[in-house]
Amino acid sequence: MLNEIGLYALIVALLVAVAQSSVPLWGAAKRKPRLMAFAASAAVGQLLLVGAAFLCLVAAFATSDFSVRVVAANSHTLKPLFYKISATWGQHEGSMLLWVLVLSLFGAAVAVFGNNLPATLKARVLAVQGMIGAAFLAFLIFTSSPFARLDPTPLEGMGFNPLLQDPGLAVHPPMLYLGYVGFSIAYSFSVAALIEGKVDAAWARWVRPWVLAAWCFLTIGITLGSLWAYYELGWGGWWFWDPVENASFMPWLIGGALLHCTLVVERRHTLVNWTLLLSILTFTLSLIGTFLVRSGVLTSVHAFAVDPARGVFILSMIVAASGGALTLYAVRARDIEPGPPFAAVSREGAILGNNLLLLVATATVFLGTFYPLVIDALTSDKISVGPPYFDMTFAPIMLLVAALMAFGPLLRWRSDDARPATQLLTAPAIAALAVGIITSIVGKSFWGGLGFAFASLIVLGLARWLQARTRLGKAPLRQSLTMARAFPGATWGFLGAHLGFAIAMFGVTAMSAWDSEEVALLKRGETTRLGSYAFRMESVETIPGPNYEAQRLTFSVVRDGRADGSISTERRYYPERDTITTEAGIRPGIFANLYVAAGEEDPSGGFSVRTNYHPLAMWIWLGGFMIAGGGLVSLSDRRFRIGAPHRMRAAVAAASA
Amino acid sequence: MKHLAMALMLFLASAPSMVAAYAQEPEFDPKVEAAAREVGKSLRCVVCQNQSIEDSGAPLAADMRRLVRERLAAGESPDEVRAYMTDRYGNFVLMKPPVQLDTLLLWLGPLLFACLALAGWLVYVRPRTQIAAAAEPLTEEEQRALARHLAEGAEL
Amino acid sequence: MSNPAQQVGSVRPFPLWAAVVPAVLLLLVSGFFAVGLTRDPHRLPSLMIDRQMPEFALAPLSEGRQTLRNEDLVGHVSIVNVFGSWCIACVAEHPQLIEIARSGVVPIYGVDWRDEPGAGTAWLVRYGDPYTLTGVDADSRLAIDLGVTGAPESFVIDTGGRIRYKHVGPITSEIWADTLLPIVRNLEAEGS
Repeated sequence: MLNEIGLYALIVALLVAVAQSSVPLWGAAKRKPRLMAFAASAAVGQLLLVGAAFLCLVAAFATSDFSVRVVAANSHTLKPLFYKISATWGQHEGSMLLWVLVLSLFGAAVAVFGNNLPATLKARVLAVQGMIGAAFLAFLIFTSSPFARLDPTPLEGMGFNPLLQDPGLAVHPPMLYLGYVGFSIAYSFSVAALIEGKVDAAWARWVRPWVLAAWCFLTIGITLGSLWAYYELGWGGWWFWDPVENASFMPWLIGGALLHCTLVVERRHTLVNWTLLLSILTFTLSLIGTFLVRSGVLTSVHAFAVDPARGVFILSMIVAASGGALTLYAVRARDIEPGPPFAAVSREGAILGNNLLLLVATATVFLGTFYPLVIDALTSDKISVGPPYFDMTFAPIMLLVAALMAFGPLLRWRSDDARPATQLLTAPAIAALAVGIITSIVGKSFWGGLGFAFASLIVLGLARWLQARTRLGKAPLRQSLTMARAFPGATWGFLGAHLGFAIAMFGVTAMSAWDSEEVALLKRGETTRLGSYAFRMESVETIPGPNYEAQRLTFSVVRDGRADGSISTERRYYPERDTITTEAGIRPGIFANLYVAAGEEDPSGGFSVRTNYHPLAMWIWLGGFMIAGGGLVSLSDRRFRIGAPHRMRAAVAAASA
Repeated sequence: MKHLAMALMLFLASAPSMVAAYAQEPEFDPKVEAAAREVGKSLRCVVCQNQSIEDSGAPLAADMRRLVRERLAAGESPDEVRAYMTDRYGNFVLMKPPVQLDTLLLWLGPLLFACLALAGWLVYVRPRTQIAAAAEPLTEEEQRALARHLAEGAEL
Repeated sequence: MSNPAQQVGSVRPFPLWAAVVPAVLLLLVSGFFAVGLTRDPHRLPSLMIDRQMPEFALAPLSEGRQTLRNEDLVGHVSIVNVFGSWCIACVAEHPQLIEIARSGVVPIYGVDWRDEPGAGTAWLVRYGDPYTLTGVDADSRLAIDLGVTGAPESFVIDTGGRIRYKHVGPITSEIWADTLLPIVRNLEAEGS
């Protein structure tokens, strides 16, 4: 019964979405307030309906209702409740429903909180949001209904992949969706602005926090995914340049560019055109990511059960939504007034430079991800593009981004002389160079030294920025502290996010340059050495688990001759699924992780054991979370809510007079 | 009797080689092992397709790893071992796509994008320097006031 | 509305063609995606077509049983089928192979891939034995030499011992009638 209610809710939601797409547009064109106001009611209604449908599906999973096809395929009575519920979005249909839920959530948020938006703009934004919702609801209902029944009802479900029962993994998809579905708001606002033919102050003030929020969630989602892969998959890797990983990474890169752009649009009311284009591109990449995961055009460990028929539907949506928006852009964008001019050397210029670099980075990842497809379509050859390609092409671009990150914030808005900023950066640059040289020599790695140098440059650049802004050293300490305390949230956000980026960069560099590995065939009592560590296999125990049988290998660790605790790894056999997984033993540390993974048992009674030393591994994810944290702190800036209109507007007016 | 003893001795003498013939692994040589891991990481598993044969748990990957070690131990170079695999499975098994005519766009692409970005900068952004300067050169007073204004507001 | 930029000197307006580029790129990319939907990314093309069957001598399936070597494939058109007792799709395909063997059109040779000793024999006893000769490829040497990625896979060999066609996946009656049988007939005509 509940199942059918869910389905009907979706159908009604589709009707509401169709109405939401059309009525307000008409109302905005004809300036009819009541028709425009309908948009808000429709958006809220859509959220309630889709929300109800989602709850029905959750209920089906929670109660293990195997008469529902997706529940039977993806759940199991023995699963803990938490994982039964998270299985709701663990397959194509349920995750698509979550996608639509997040979409309607953002739409409703605009409806409820967007009271200071001009009526026509609000109506158009919600209409565009409604169009996307309608398209995806149709896709859900007609090709991927989560409420399809299964007859006869099986007694037990089939969904018992032990790899998927993990808290990080359960939370990872909702975070990702809040991220790249959240970019739909920027898209809707941009299309609405293009329909309107103008972009005013309210637009910019509105778009920025939503882009920031979406991007923060995407950052958290990607970081969680990487962390999960590291501790769960047993290979010790944290990023594989897998097509589906890239599908979430590309919106992150372009979203980052968009984020900085919205900052410029809000502060200076310039780069408007560019921001419109970037908003459309970011959401396009989100849609392409959705396409990639569900259509089967590329192989990936992540891909859901693939169906080219679904791929055709999504591709049509991409062509319609993105093609339509870009065509509208081609026709209307040049009518949008350009903002006040700025010099090449200015903070606007630096942000534009950052945008161009991120665009190059995104294009590179895109090329590498989809090139096999191009080759397959054009020739009979089949190639694959793996990590070596991406590491070689992506890393240099990121170094340039880092350099700009250190330099840009020191520039003033509108027009600046590069010299004061360069002067401020001289000491940090020299120090960073020293760090780089020392690191390359001591660590015997040129790339390691290079990465450390640029990451240091960011950190020292931030310190310099802070020092200049608080006049530390030139004014009494108390005055500096007062100035620091007066920083608005956005400033702390900037500091935290950029610092997080630098920390992540340290981690990535260290892991790439100095991780070490040893593989040995060990029997009980034997020792393997890794750098200054020695691992002696002390015991092999057979340990029964709730749904598996494990062989646990315990090692005593000796470092530089002194005992240093122990570390265990397990090899688990799940009889229900006839699979074997490795639970790596990880000892996290601030400066390095120890990582031990057991391999196959040898007929002679030994195990193949892999030991790894992972320097600064935790910094990668710490940095990632700091970036997101910084962004969220920025969001808490009161100016977003009050709008800080007067001073800014006056400054803008004065500048453009 | 003598023949039987002879036969027995020959049999025993050949025993170690028989064991070696049945032994799956070649002798463990750390240098070969290190080279084998490098090669293993550069070859893609054709079963799971998103891991290297070194990381993959698939049985075929295990057999491929053994093959790699055998060939390296026999004196082949890493490139020769990779060529052996691509001869049978195609360029797909290489993690790093080969540089050939149909991958030129792939390898030159990033450089091309960078050049386009640079061109865009030079054509659309750099000329602004003259415009902004011509627009409103700030006086000394105004510049100082602006600097103070920016520093106080801790703008971002 | 007055344009503040024009008052101070116009920023270079960007031309129409630049505004159209993103839309054009999207259409191009979508075109490739559309083509990609018709392809299977998992399928690797076979590099062994028109090449000589590699030299091999497989271990026998069980004690005293005759084994399979590449010499056995010369002189007539044949099909080499890679299977395993662990392979579920092979069970699905097997009745079709038995049918082909019974029709006597072309001999089928079996490569028991990655099976424990005895497992292959037991499996053939259970499901029937369509193979003229069978051998065990325990360590994938032959499989790798043939570019095999999974089971079942089948190769059509001509009279000279060259691989002329590779079929990935189970052989269904349609595939046999529409694809493989015509190839076999062509090769026989070629050889005679």
